[in-house]
Parts: sequence; C-alpha cells; structure tokens
Amino acid sequence: MTKKSHTVNVPDLVSGIHSVFCPFSADIISTVEFNYSGDLLATGDKGGRVVIFQHEQESKNRPQLRGEYNVYSTFQSHEPEFDYLKSLEIEEKINKIRWLPQQNAAHFLLSTNDKTIKLWKISERDKRAEGYNLKDEDGRLRDPFRITSLRVPVLMPMDLMVEASPRRIFANAHTYHINSISVNSDHETYLSADDLRINLWHLEITDRSFNIVDIKPANMEELTEVITAAECHPLQCNVFVYSSSKGTIRLCDMRAAALCDRHSKFFEEPEDPSSRSFFSEIISSISDVKFSHSGRYMMTRDYLSVKVWDLNMENRPVETYQVHEYLRSKLCSLYENDCIFDKFECCWNGSDSAIMTGSYNNFFRMFDRNTRRDITLEASRESSKPRATLKPRKVSTGGKRKKDEISVDSLDFNKKILHTAWHPKDNVIAVAATNNLYIFQDKIN
Amino acid sequence: CCCCNEVGCKPGADGDDSLYPIAVLIDELRNEDVQLRLNSIKKLSTIALALGVERTRTELLPFLTDTIYDEDEVLLALAEQLGNFTMLVGGPEYVHCLLPPLESLATVEETVVRDKAVESLRKISQEHSPVDLEVHFEPLVKRLASGDWFTSRTSACGLFSVCYPRVSSTVKAEIRQHFRTLCSDDTPMVRRAAASKLGEFAKVLELDYVKSDIISLFTALASDEQDSVRLLAVEACVSIATLLPQEDLESLVMPTLRQAAEDKSWRVRYMVADKFSETFVSLQISLCFNCIHSVLTIWLSDLCLLCPVSEQELVSDTNQHVKSALASVIMGLSTILGKDNTIEHLLPLFLAQLKDECPEVRLNIISNLDCVNEVIGIRQLSQSLLPAIVELAEDAKWRVRLAIIEYMPLLAGQLGVEFFDEKLNTLCMAWLIDHVYAIREAATCNLMKLVEKFGAEWAQNTIVPKVLGMANDPNYLHRMTTLFCINALSEACGQDITTKQMLPVVLKMSNDQVANVRFNVAKSLQKIGPVLDSNALQTEVKPVLEKLATDTDMDVKYFAQEAISDANVEQRLVQQAAFIFPADQTCCSLAGSQDRSEQRNTVVSITACNLMNSRIACTNPSQTVSFPNFFQPDLHAPVHSLFSAATQIEFDQTNE
Repeated sequence: MTKKSHTVNVPDLVSGIHSVFCPFSADIISTVEFNYSGDLLATGDKGGRVVIFQHEQESKNRPQLRGEYNVYSTFQSHEPEFDYLKSLEIEEKINKIRWLPQQNAAHFLLSTNDKTIKLWKISERDKRAEGYNLKDEDGRLRDPFRITSLRVPVLMPMDLMVEASPRRIFANAHTYHINSISVNSDHETYLSADDLRINLWHLEITDRSFNIVDIKPANMEELTEVITAAECHPLQCNVFVYSSSKGTIRLCDMRAAALCDRHSKFFEEPEDPSSRSFFSEIISSISDVKFSHSGRYMMTRDYLSVKVWDLNMENRPVETYQVHEYLRSKLCSLYENDCIFDKFECCWNGSDSAIMTGSYNNFFRMFDRNTRRDITLEASRESSKPRATLKPRKVSTGGKRKKDEISVDSLDFNKKILHTAWHPKDNVIAVAATNNLYIFQDKIN
Repeated sequence: CCCCNEVGCKPGADGDDSLYPIAVLIDELRNEDVQLRLNSIKKLSTIALALGVERTRTELLPFLTDTIYDEDEVLLALAEQLGNFTMLVGGPEYVHCLLPPLESLATVEETVVRDKAVESLRKISQEHSPVDLEVHFEPLVKRLASGDWFTSRTSACGLFSVCYPRVSSTVKAEIRQHFRTLCSDDTPMVRRAAASKLGEFAKVLELDYVKSDIISLFTALASDEQDSVRLLAVEACVSIATLLPQEDLESLVMPTLRQAAEDKSWRVRYMVADKFSETFVSLQISLCFNCIHSVLTIWLSDLCLLCPVSEQELVSDTNQHVKSALASVIMGLSTILGKDNTIEHLLPLFLAQLKDECPEVRLNIISNLDCVNEVIGIRQLSQSLLPAIVELAEDAKWRVRLAIIEYMPLLAGQLGVEFFDEKLNTLCMAWLIDHVYAIREAATCNLMKLVEKFGAEWAQNTIVPKVLGMANDPNYLHRMTTLFCINALSEACGQDITTKQMLPVVLKMSNDQVANVRFNVAKSLQKIGPVLDSNALQTEVKPVLEKLATDTDMDVKYFAQEAISDANVEQRLVQQAAFIFPADQTCCSLAGSQDRSEQRNTVVSITACNLMNSRIACTNPSQTVSFPNFFQPDLHAPVHSLFSAATQIEFDQTNE
C-alpha cells in the first residue's frame, strides 16, 4: 500500500493537506463514510474489502499536519458467492458502509454487498497473556510430573493490535440488490432497502426482519419504478424516506402502521413541459437521498442536479443546484456509454451550510447554501501538489474557450467521482476517485 | 498440544496429582479452541479452589478483569460464574474483589453478557455489608452511571434498586439524582434501560419520592420523543399503579395512561392494549370504566385499520386473514369488558364466527375459549360450540381435523368431564380409526393428555375398554392403533391398569398373523417395560419376547432382540453399580429404587464417573473395555472433556 501526503492550497471552501491512498490499482472504491466523531473513515471497494483510516493526533512538531489520516485496519468484509438456486453470481462489492454510534471502546459498522449485511466490530488490543503451566516461555513442553506449583497467566503490554471481527450476519432477506442501509436514531434498529422492498432489522436479531415497504407489483410487467435509496431521519426514530427512479421521494411514518406502503408525505417537483425529452425520466431518477444533520431538510441527487427539500414543503425543492448542466447537450452519448445511469452520491457538511457531490473528469462540486457560491475542484494526482491549494476548475460551455478552461468534449467520462464524504464536524472531506481516495481539508492560516 | 492428549498419561503419583488437571484447566483459559476456553471458564470455581482465596484475589481476578476480548459465550459464562464466587474469594468480607471484572463485563457491547454481569452484580450486592456497599458497590454504580459509553450507563440502570434500600439517606439522594440523570440521557438506549427499570426502582423508593420523583420521570419518559422509550414507560405503569394509593391514581397515573392509549404510534397503543388487563387489575373498577370507553374506541379503530369497515361489518368481511386475526383478538377483549358487556356485545360475534365458513376463523375462536370461559363460563357458548366442533372434527381437510384435535385437551378442561363424556368422547374415539395416520397419531396423543387431565380411573371406565376392544378389529391398522394407544397411555394409567388390563392384550397380540402387528408388540413391550413390575417382566414379558425373537419375520426378530437387550443392559448396569460402589448408600438405594428411569440415570452417571476415574488411574485397562456397548460413544469423545470432568470429580474427592 502506498501513501503520499502533500498539501494543496485551495481558495474558499477547501484547502490544506491532501493525502492520496491507492490501495490496489484494480480496486475501485465503492463507498466512503466517516464515523460519528469523524476520527475514523471507512472505505469499501469492489473487491469486498473495507479499509479504515484513523485521524492521527496532532503532533507538536508538525502542527500543519493536523488532518493526517492513516490506515487503521483493513479486512475482507464480503467474498464472492454463487446463488445456485438462481444461477446468480453475488458480487463481493461493498455497496454501503454505515457506522453505528459508538457504544464502548470498540467501533462498529455495517457493511453490505448486494445481498448480505454484516455487522463488524473493530477493536484494539494492547495486552497479551503470558505464562503457561505446561510449557516454557519458548513453547517447550514441561514434564507434567514436575508441576509443583500453579501459574496464573499475567497480562503484559504489547504492540497495539487492531482486530476486525464479524459480529452478526443479516442474510437472506433481500431478493433484489441492496442499495441502502441506514441506522435508526433509536440505536437499536436499521433499515435496508433493495430495488423493491425496505426491511427493518433489529441490530441484535439476525434471523428476522420486518418488511416495511413493498412496492413489488403483483405482475412484474406493471413495474414502473424502483426504490433507489432510503434513509432514516437523524432525530425522529419513526420517520424514514425513500426515493424512486421516477424522481419522487416518499416520507413514511412508522407510527401509523407496521407496514408503511402508504406514505405520509410525497415530494415531487412538477415537470417543466418545455424541457421534456426522451431522457427526462432517466435523468430525473434520484441516485441518493440524505437528511441534513438538523433533520429539517433533505437533499436529493439526480443526474444533473442536487435539490434541497424542506420536509414541510412537498411540492417543490427549496434549493436547486446544477452540478453539470453542460452535459444536457451530451445526454445522447452519455446514454450510449451507459454513463447516464451512474449513481452519484451527495453529502452535507457538519453545519448543513454546504453541499458536495461528484461529477466526471475527477471533478467534484461544492455549493455554499448561504452565499449561493459554487466551485468545481479536481481530485487528481497530476493537478495537486503536496500542500498546495486546489485550483478551481471551469468547463467552457460556450463556443470560445478561455484560458484554464476545459472543453466539454475533452472531459473524461471514465474518471467519475461517485462517492464523497464530509467530516461531521470539521472541514475535512474524503473523495473517492475510482481507485484513489483523496482527503482534503481547510487551509491552516 | 499438551501431553494429556495421550491416552494413558499418568500425572505424578506423589501427592501432586491434583495440580496437573488444574494446570491444564488454567492453560486452557487461553486455548485457541473456544469450546476448551468455555470449558475452563465453567470450571473456574475448581481453579479458584486450587489457587486458594489469596491467589484468586490477587492473580486470577486481575487476569479475568482484562480478559474481555473473548467470544460472547465465554464472557457470558464468566459473568455467570462470578456471581457465585463469594466464598472462593474469601467470603462476604472480600466480595468487593469481584466488582472490577464484573464492571468491565458490564460495559461490553453484547446485551446478553451485560445483562448477565448486572444479574451477578445484583446477586453479590446482597453479600456486601452495608459499609462495603457504600465504600465499594455504590461508587461502582456511580462510575457506570456516569460512564462515557452508553453500554455502562444502561448497565447502571439495573443496579440502583439493589443498593438503594441499604444505603444512608445522603447516598440515597445521590442515587435518585443519578437515576433522574439517566432518565434524560442523550441516547435512547439509556433512556430505554431507565424506563424498563423505572417500575423496579419505584418499588424500593419511599412513597413520598415515588410521588415526587417517579411520577415526573414516568410522565417525562411516557412523552419521550422516541416511541421505543414511550412504550417501555407504559410497562412501568403497572408497578407504579400498585404502589400508589387509589385516590392518587386518577390524578397521577391516569392522564399519562390515557395519553399513551391515544399515542400516535401503534407500537405504544399496542403496548397499552397488551398491558391493559395487568394494569387495570391494580386500578379501581370505576377508574377502569372511566378510561375504557376512549381506549376501546381507539382499539376498534385500530382493528378497523386492518380493513376500513366497522367492527360489525368486519365480522362478515370476506378477507379471511383479517377475520381470523380479529377472531383471535376479540376473544381477548372479553376479560377486559367483563361479563355483562361480553354477553351483550361480544357473544353474538363469537356465535357468528363459530358458524363462519372459513375453518381458521372457527379454530381461532375455539383456541381462545379459555379467555371467555373465565368471564362468562363456557356454558353460554356450548350450544353453538358443539356443532362447530363436530363440523371441524369431520372436516374434509385433515389439517383442520388435526388442529381441532390439538385443542381437545384444552376444551375438555374447559367443558368438564360430563359434557365431554356426553358429547365429545365418541369424536375422540372416531379419530382413532381415521384414514390418515397423522390424525390417528394425534388422537392417541390426545387420549394421553385427556387421561392426564381426568385421571386413571376415568380412563379405565371410558377409554381403555374401547381401545382394547379394537385389538380384535379385522383391520390390522386399527389393531396397531391399540398398541400405539397402549404405548401412550401406559405411563399415565399407571402400573396397575397396565399390568392387569393392557399387558394381557399385548401379549395375546403377539400371535397376530400380520408381522407389522407382531413387531409392534415387541416395541410396545419395550416401551411399557419400565411401567411394569419386575415380576411380570420376568414371568410374562420375557418368554413372549424370546418367542418373538425366533419369529420367521426378520423385523419381528430384530425388534424382539432389541427389547431383550434393552432389558438386559439395564439389569447389568444395576448389578455393575452395586459391584463398583458397594459402600455407596445412595447408589445402592437408588439401584433398588422402583423407578426404573431413575435407576438407569444413576447407574449411567456412576459408571461414567468410574470409567473416567479408571482411565486416569489406568489401574486395570481391561475394565475400560468391559463396559457395555452404549458407552462406546463416550470413549470416543475428546479426551479433553472427559479429562476435565474427571478432574472435577477427582478434585472434589481429594478435597473431602
């Protein structure tokens, strides 16, 4: 594993230290997630591995290096499997990682592939028992006839060891591919969503889950929409939302009934008939939904934009941000190379005042909700030198290309940033660009 | 890995032989194999005993305190063991030494382990002197209650009630303050733990504090933002209601309860409904009626949520799932509504449902009859009940017939002997000749339960003659049913009926021309053997079995020999036990006991111990070989487990 660390100076939102991790060149990062304190950052990849990075304590001699994240633990979470009944391969790719609120000195996270959710415990051990009765320190057996006294083992300090152990496996509950998991604010349940159903689990019970949403039609030919993402409300344990491929979001209240097929709120923005096209439905499909930390708003990402909804207003979003409007003219070719189906995620900063989401060409976008300013940045090793500030990027949309601008035609659609994460308190962000993880943070003045 | 794997290994014979097994146990505390670690933990008392109280306190417990990395099952066993460790650390004077390991176990993430640690802590708290309780135990509770992680705070919730009654009033005030803090903790986990212990804590509090502290906490928890907390507060209501004088209930508890019954969350309403009868037992009847109307209206609307029609319409609803769910629910309502209301409102519904076309609905009504029986007596229903039962009993679907058979013992209990003899007995006998085997099998089982209910005398008069009469049936399947019934009934009927009435029939059937009947005779003889006295066994059963053992049919031979060897093994064991432990009083008296199953168990355990002792001592290798066949599996079991069990025995012996 290689690790490079250098600083970049970026104006405005992000600047500071920038670390690059390239775990395995073939392995594409499929999810990124900070824990509740922000001290740990977990990534999952296509190979079923989970890598956890730990925030290093500030060192006095290198105060500028306050945002250093180093590898803390690496483990294989999922293995490839084969479903013999359905003749289906089950990929080991980690679709989502969610941390549990910390309950003791150990850390817990849920990781899922298409079918199986696992609860992992990551714990530290710094003591080792020493002293046997039946053998010497070097492992030689003692003569059992000569045991004249008993020895109780003594615990001795040892080098810190981080262990990841599977605690529970929640399997066999999803017929379709799991796209989301979300831990409930009651700290004892979580939900998991696949294309057509949402299940509610108790964290301590693996052999039973409750189906709370089922949109599977009796006749699969009548299928018109699928569930694309689901999330629990950060504060109210009875509320969750799920988004659909038709660009709508349903908010359900588990207090009303055990089965939440009937939503209590329905968020949808009326379509502008003038902009209707063949691709309208595809690009309106929601790829991610996230509640703000305050619980007042939620954010949805569709193919071209990010929308912020007030939970109290169902008929339209309160804010809409264009992520890469310049691609509207390219939808045809994006459809042909399947990029139009890319599932971009989005995230809030700790105070809900800014939003981040990814784009193509290793670009990612940030929007300041108060000033309405936005910025495009690039996560690539070529463009960022150690401890340098990231330069804003611009894509030329008109006919004339200015200096430092990139033409829409020269964007690389293979370099996409789908997964990003924002530290829950500080301005530290993690950006997954295919098989590289970039960590940026505020410039220190 | 160690030499004890080798058979025949002999530890030093010069007085230290008790150390070697203990050394193995201690080393296995850290074995790679979880099963061996678990085994060692379960023998922790043996280790502690060998180490003595001083070393247990200074070496073993500190080691255990830091051993919280292990598997849940090992930690669970450890938490349980420590609850019984007081004498092993030197008695109540030193019991506080057990607190550190239990404290660390009370913070692990696994709920079962935490709960067990709390249980053990509660147990040893009783062994603390009042002074120790304040010096050692109460600070631990405080540490847990103000711990960084919610696991320790949830554990603290279960410890307040055990130390509260035994500490000084200043400490009491502190404890109340800690409990208050935990009731408004940030994490719902802790609030849930506090809510679930609220009732228990209220019980040890002085009445004034119940009124001032607990009621406000109860009200706060019952209106928590998380419904998972609110529903637990409802549970606490039951015990709080029993503590308060009646005149305070209306003002202090009822508003909260009413609010909970009307909660937005179905889970909370469900909990109120679930705890309803329990709560209302402790409330005054007048108060009940005050509240019952509004609550019932909500419930009925909940019921209607299943299907958006009114209750009356629901009963005639076409959806059978809703109907059968409703059927099971409305039976429960009767206990709450009381006699008059039940007769007026619910009885017509029951009767309508008993005539329902869907068998599941009828079954659900019948299976919940006990609730109604308590309130209005089953006589009110019996006129409609009987046709429904008869119809179900003859249903074309055998699964429906099976279901009603399973409720027969319950019904018989409710309806009483007379009604049963008059109306249902014929049904029960008819099932014995059903053409589906599962029904015949269930019918024999049913007979056994009926005999357990109504007694052997009833059986002798009503059932046994009919059953034995079937022995002459031309259909061999029916003749076999007689044997199956005898198998089931012999124990319930007792030695007298079995020897005098059943045995002759069985013996006679050994001449049956159908081989299936004959080998079932052999099986029956094996089965009823333990009920018979040894005289009948020797003079009557044995000759018949020996004759069957020479039968022309292979299967008959096989089962006859099986039965003979079974009887022989038993006999040999009894002799062997008497031979091995001639001086052992309990052994001899048990060996002479009339109860054969008791005999056999004693013999097996004694022989097993002896077998293992002989293995260690290896005084006579031939002895090991001479044990009866059915010990063979034990011989193949891992030497380890035998060894540990043996060390326990040996150790106990040396200590005496």
